[in-house]
Amino acid sequence: MYAYDEIDRTLVNERVSEFRDQVQRRLSGELTEDEFKMLRLQNGVYLQLHAYMFRVAIPYGTLASNQLRALAHIARKYDRGYGHFTTRQNIQFNWIKLSDLPDALADLAEVGIHAMQTSGNNMRNVTSDQWAGVAPGEIEDPRIWSELIRQHTTLHPEFSFLPRKFKIAITASEHDRAAIKVHDIGLKLIKNEKGETGFEVLVGGGLGRTPFIGKTIKHFVHGRDILSYIEAILRVYNQYGRRDNIYKARIKILVHELGIEKFSREVEEEWQQIRNSSLQIDDEVIEDIRSRFTYPSYEKLPHMPDELRQAAADPDFEAWRKNSVAPHKVQGYSIVTISLKPTGGPPGDATAEQMDVLADLADKYSFGEIRVGHEQNLALPHVAKRDLPALWKALDKLGLATPNVNLITDIIACPGLDYCSLANARSIPIAQELTRRFANHELANLIGRLHINISGCINACGHHHVGHIGILGVEKNGEEVYQITIGGRADENAALGTLIGPGVKFDEVADVVEDIVEAYLALRERPEELFMDTVKRLGVEPFKERVYATR
Amino acid sequence: MPLVNGGKIVDDSFVKLAVDTPLPEGGDILVPAERFLGDAEGFLERAGKVGVIWPNNRDIAELVPYLGKIAAVALVFPTFRDGRAYSQARLLRERYDYRGELRATGQVLRDQFVFMLRAGFDAFEVKKQADAEAFMQTAKRYSVFYQPTGDGRITALHRRMQLRHSEGVGT
Repeated sequence: MYAYDEIDRTLVNERVSEFRDQVQRRLSGELTEDEFKMLRLQNGVYLQLHAYMFRVAIPYGTLASNQLRALAHIARKYDRGYGHFTTRQNIQFNWIKLSDLPDALADLAEVGIHAMQTSGNNMRNVTSDQWAGVAPGEIEDPRIWSELIRQHTTLHPEFSFLPRKFKIAITASEHDRAAIKVHDIGLKLIKNEKGETGFEVLVGGGLGRTPFIGKTIKHFVHGRDILSYIEAILRVYNQYGRRDNIYKARIKILVHELGIEKFSREVEEEWQQIRNSSLQIDDEVIEDIRSRFTYPSYEKLPHMPDELRQAAADPDFEAWRKNSVAPHKVQGYSIVTISLKPTGGPPGDATAEQMDVLADLADKYSFGEIRVGHEQNLALPHVAKRDLPALWKALDKLGLATPNVNLITDIIACPGLDYCSLANARSIPIAQELTRRFANHELANLIGRLHINISGCINACGHHHVGHIGILGVEKNGEEVYQITIGGRADENAALGTLIGPGVKFDEVADVVEDIVEAYLALRERPEELFMDTVKRLGVEPFKERVYATR
Repeated sequence: MPLVNGGKIVDDSFVKLAVDTPLPEGGDILVPAERFLGDAEGFLERAGKVGVIWPNNRDIAELVPYLGKIAAVALVFPTFRDGRAYSQARLLRERYDYRGELRATGQVLRDQFVFMLRAGFDAFEVKKQADAEAFMQTAKRYSVFYQPTGDGRITALHRRMQLRHSEGVGT
């Protein structure tokens, strides 16, 4: 956990006062809606179909139990009793009143939470691996660097009015859980041959209407230079990124138009001018940030406690354990993923009551810490294995023990036409229908790892391009039509999915997904061959045939 | 449009010339970049101060040979959403060591003041009278800054280091 010091607290409080003044000036008419729009966006406030939507940052996906309680409080006091966790380690509240927002922000500031730069054309919330600090084999805790970059990008005087939004993600594990290849800047923490910490830097990844996988711009940037290197990228982008067309304004388009070689030369030239400046970070600064992260005092515990051995007799517990519980770097502990994908529910939603009880469970079983992942699930990062059976019972009571993590019903979906003013089609009802179709756990388990991602418009908030099965809702002649892709993935082997054929109607989507899954089950060489591998081996043709043969 | 300089609303001594406005005999003038570069020596020889209006899509490095001789640079925010001039301002102050007046023009609104001050602007053609009047109050909104820029404000990281040392960390 990172604990704010007086300096961080002061800044957040100053931001709250500033926003209070801005809201006041809007309500009095002193600010026009056009002027106010950018100001509210810089604080995570959107105007949606039915109401204002408020997006709150959960930097690098780490929450303390008191912070989760504060989010529950916001849901209860200012909203309709629930919140929606997004694909970028944020939480959204969908029904908040403009006049309540300054108070809601002030309540959050008390526990060190803010909404700065959760939207707008600036540097967004810095995201990271939700297993940071606990994943076995991790090089070092990427949150130290995430926090350094969070601070550096907060209210940046040069880069708060960029051509378009700008997202940075960091991972320190071989297996990428932070989707760094589809970010404007992706950072992979590595060590050089001298054992010094640095980063492989990727640039120009992104989804939206023109998806790109990020390209490596530099194989090793020393940790002490990371801020100046990021600043150099941003400075080139701020000056040369397109501003004439909102759809061509992301850095991925600039990188694509210039080519990565030319772009990297521009960055290199800029970087050489600023690398030996006050942007250089010495070890003491890193140590200071590290010192404000607290780590649990783990006990010495057995690898296989009796409690776990006994619980193994219960097939329901085992079903949950097998896909929700992951190895921890410390013996005797586990990382527990909490599915926010119940059968028939909207992906990523949690009620205020669930958040409150989960905060209590985190205190009891996870040293008061909760994590948020880009798959729209939560995690308890430090659970003693002996506590797993008791935790499972408690989660089950709350409706939070759906045994579907990484399975076909663990769906990523944007809010879609049910909430969003940009959407062309509904996403949530598609997800809900799919969770019902595949509600049978034996079937889902038989299918194995399979990610379905759903977006309700071309902006791709549901990351459909990188779903193993991607579903994109568009509007055609006043009707919702869904385009289906297969073969996408967001991990270290990130790839964009391939369209299988013409779009299908709303009520055909679940049938099509069933067809694709049936084709896979028939085509796979052995049960261990995952959907992704079958698609890779055979291409999209056999799936296309199966889907369109009868349509 | 009120001009704020040194934190106060002041009279603007500069007259802005368009591309084809006849050149006045004396007095301070702000000249569009294109026109200035066409006859830089001529402009610099005349009586009265000369400043240059520099567009936000032109490389600011072209102005470097004249920085010691001109009195003002006016950078442009065609809309407040277009932040290119922040980069130009920092380059002028931090890379090219420009010390003359650095003026923000265009859609300059209250909520950009802090960013502009941090980027090195010291003069502001403010769009609204009420915003100009609120300048000093707005400039004091923040006391914590995370990024080092050329404005000399101490950053959070450095303040922490000072605190650590004054507390005698490690003893």
